Amino acid sequence: MPEHNFLVVEDSPTMRQLITFALKRIPGSKVVEANDGIDALKKLSTQKFDVILTDINMPIMDGLKLVSMVRNDPVNKAIPIIIITTEGADEDRKRGLSLGANAYIAKPIQTADLLNVVTQILEGKK
Amino acid sequence: MDKETGSLNKKVEEFLQVFKKGEEFTQEILRENEKLRYRLAQLEEVSKFSDREGNFKVHSMEERIQFLEEENKSLLERYRQVEEENKDFASRYVEVESENNNLANLYVASYQLHSTLDFNESLKIILEIVMNLIGAEEFSIMMLDEKTNDLIVVAQEGMGPEMHDPIKIGEGIIGTVIKSGEAFYREGDPTDLKGVDYSHPLVCIPLKIKEHVIGSIVIYKLLVQKTAFSNMDYELFSMLAGHAATALFSSKLYSQSERKLSTIQSFLDLLKEK
Repeated sequence: MPEHNFLVVEDSPTMRQLITFALKRIPGSKVVEANDGIDALKKLSTQKFDVILTDINMPIMDGLKLVSMVRNDPVNKAIPIIIITTEGADEDRKRGLSLGANAYIAKPIQTADLLNVVTQILEGKK
Repeated sequence: MDKETGSLNKKVEEFLQVFKKGEEFTQEILRENEKLRYRLAQLEEVSKFSDREGNFKVHSMEERIQFLEEENKSLLERYRQVEEENKDFASRYVEVESENNNLANLYVASYQLHSTLDFNESLKIILEIVMNLIGAEEFSIMMLDEKTNDLIVVAQEGMGPEMHDPIKIGEGIIGTVIKSGEAFYREGDPTDLKGVDYSHPLVCIPLKIKEHVIGSIVIYKLLVQKTAFSNMDYELFSMLAGHAATALFSSKLYSQSERKLSTIQSFLDLLKEK
């Protein structure tokens, strides 16, 4: 069974738990949680991840800054990133995707939609 | 005379010969006829037998065709039934999946609500649930003030300062919800805002411990991508009505008891010193 390592970056414990709950339904998944962008960068420097799922509005370092830093990091720039946020307007979506995110999901999330996007990314379709 | 007699005799003889030949020919025809009758009888017999055999074969083939047609019909019926069952299983699977996801949402929400005894943290968790799981953009948590018995905003998200005025029990939609203990859902399209009307919320959920109302969650505006309430949202509202009330009430009591304990401890320390 292939192993999939996910990094969930979210300041809300409720959303972290909900996303982790959903991801654990994928066989072979391992989830690491981070509270904000800085915490995520620390974890990225010590572990390898297959997908990063990040919120946008977070204290200390927001999700958009994290996306742009990961895309400029020679080691981690190829990791697929999914933005999960309450910012659902088209311009927000365009901004997130233009910074290099692979997918953009607006909250409230539907578990089936999230798993569908994650599966497509793992299969290299996104 | 003799000549005539001789000629007559010759004619008689010729006639007799012709007659004899005719008799022989007739007998021959009769024999042939007999043979033909026999042959005809034989053929009729054979024909009768082959007709019976043919009829038997045709009949058994017809029975076989009928049997196969019925078998085909029953297989088609079974196939249709299996296809129906398959469709039924597929829709059941989708239903179970959706139910499973809803339960996960409810579990996470109630787990988080009861994960703390800190009043402010409880408020923060309720805000997170209403924003992230329901998709509200402008909303508030109101609680009854023990001294004035008015409803006051204890936490809010995205709202202007004009909404912070206290509300009396029975006053407007929110006051009526507190008085009756019945949730309010505005009719019509929830995205049809015509400007956010703080006196006419989209949803007002009473926070109840049994029949005792301690406050309410009031939603005025949804996130731009949220176009309607789902069944899951109503489940969450119903869960919040009970669990958020308990979480807020117990964390408030805990904070009060902690404060009292600290005061008593200071008093005891003071007595010890004396």
